[in-house]
Amino acid sequence: MDIIKITNLTKKFDKLTAVEKVSFAVKKGEVFGFLGPNGAGKTTTIKMLTTLLNPTEGTATIAGFDIIKQRNQVRQNIGIIFQEPAIDTDLTGEENLEYHARMYGMSKSERKKRIEEILDLVDLQEKRKVLVKNYSGGMKRRLEIARGLMHYPTVLFLDEPTLGLDAQTRRAIWEYIKKMNKEGQTTIFLTTHYMDEADYLCDRVGIIDHGKILIMDDIRNLKNSVGKDVITLSCDDLNKLKNKLEEENWISKIKQYEKTLTLGVEKGDEKIPIIIEIAQKINVLIKSISVRKPTLDDVFLSYTGRTIRDDEQKNYLGNSMLPRFRGGHH
Amino acid sequence: MKTAELQAIYVMWIRQMKKYVRSKSRIVVTIVQPLFFLFILGAGFSSISMPGLGENVEFIHFFAPGIVAMSILFSSMFAGISVLWDKQFGFLQEVLVAPVSRISIIIGRTLGGATTALIQGFIILFIAIGIGTPISGVTGFILTVIFMILISFSAVGFGLILASKMQDFQSFPIIMNLIIMPLLFLSSAFFPVAENKTLLTIAYFNPLFYMVDGLRGSMLGIDNSVIQNPLISLGIVTTICIVMLLIGSYLFSKSEA
Repeated sequence: MDIIKITNLTKKFDKLTAVEKVSFAVKKGEVFGFLGPNGAGKTTTIKMLTTLLNPTEGTATIAGFDIIKQRNQVRQNIGIIFQEPAIDTDLTGEENLEYHARMYGMSKSERKKRIEEILDLVDLQEKRKVLVKNYSGGMKRRLEIARGLMHYPTVLFLDEPTLGLDAQTRRAIWEYIKKMNKEGQTTIFLTTHYMDEADYLCDRVGIIDHGKILIMDDIRNLKNSVGKDVITLSCDDLNKLKNKLEEENWISKIKQYEKTLTLGVEKGDEKIPIIIEIAQKINVLIKSISVRKPTLDDVFLSYTGRTIRDDEQKNYLGNSMLPRFRGGHH
Repeated sequence: MKTAELQAIYVMWIRQMKKYVRSKSRIVVTIVQPLFFLFILGAGFSSISMPGLGENVEFIHFFAPGIVAMSILFSSMFAGISVLWDKQFGFLQEVLVAPVSRISIIIGRTLGGATTALIQGFIILFIAIGIGTPISGVTGFILTVIFMILISFSAVGFGLILASKMQDFQSFPIIMNLIIMPLLFLSSAFFPVAENKTLLTIAYFNPLFYMVDGLRGSMLGIDNSVIQNPLISLGIVTTICIVMLLIGSYLFSKSEA
């Protein structure tokens, strides 16, 4: 059963088209990952699906309810963990949960029971009476996840759930996400630009760039599409070597980037000597060569033509002037 | 009305009350500052003979309703503008995705802001009465309370308008210094304006004038206000209040997080 169904969803801001004719579906109980560099349209898509933004064109249904015409039913069925923190830091953790539950129409006994359950789930029992401004970054994130789950949502949206968190906290949060997907049968729609996160959590991913979906498939299929093994090499004449290698039929895929070539092959370690031999014959000097299993990074690279990290760097420089309120106090 | 809607109003209200009670510095500033005005300015000016005060009226008694109005105005306006904090710190998104109508959220916020402002207003009012400001009977007191409530709701509405139009707090001091302060000076809160024809003409275009003048007339007796019919000021202030709240709610309900 399709719990999320998106048809031709489009959002334009003045001249900029943030999301362009996106259509896909997510099945009940699935963990779906939406990948893309910053500014690709991930957050805009989530904001439209969660009724925070009106689509310019197209629509979507969540649990059978239309995101434009049946907002309240949609809102009742979804939980959201925003990219930027959205908790009231002047209240205690318990108060944040309590107020959330009230706004979702939960009765007093329901609220009491659920708060206990959910505080156990995210290990915040001891801190329940502490003002959120005294929480660490990881604790705040856990509280937000708890709050997103309070009202038993059918679909939980997570927008960059581990952005800016340390490795240990990220691990812990991944475990919570897995746990609630398994135990609560909650469908999870997450966006991330961490490939390892998508790799670890998701059943299926879609890659979005410049507002368009480039590819969508099971993670295993995506990786296989790149090749069983990936060989990355650099040399003094990329074009020459590439032309020569294109004649070889055991190479399933060749891609040339600025300073490297990547080749999709089977049994990569046995192919290294062969490649070096070919290069020597045409007088090309290989500077480095390595073989590894394909990762989502390779998938991303092969569909967008650049790594997600290149983009992050550019974006980092571009965005560093913007005010950030993450973890701020007032 | 569904229970969730009532719950939303309650949540928005209790949240502001809790935040108010917890921020000790805010309580101190918002109560102490008007008292400084009342006692220090009041003491300073009381030694000057000021025309237009009316017979047997001490300056500090004339001044008291002005300060009550000022403290309610400032803190209600701030409560309205504090939506901007929620916007900047992301909490507004959490509220906007809840399955409740925007109207409930606005009602809750407005009630919360008005409650905190009125608590302060009443503290100042009782201190003023304590130091001997006369109250013109029961009807006068009831009218005083009505004016205080109307002032408070108008200012919350104005704050909501500002919050919907402003992107951050940078323009806040400009609005305070270039719009609110002059309007307050021309409202007769600090000195009588009726003696000066130009000031009086300007005052008639100043919404704050009707608030302060109406409040003074109710508190001290009708002889002490410029507009001799309290129903006129009451009507004007009620209209201002409704208009502010309508515009504020409309703009807030249109805002996207």
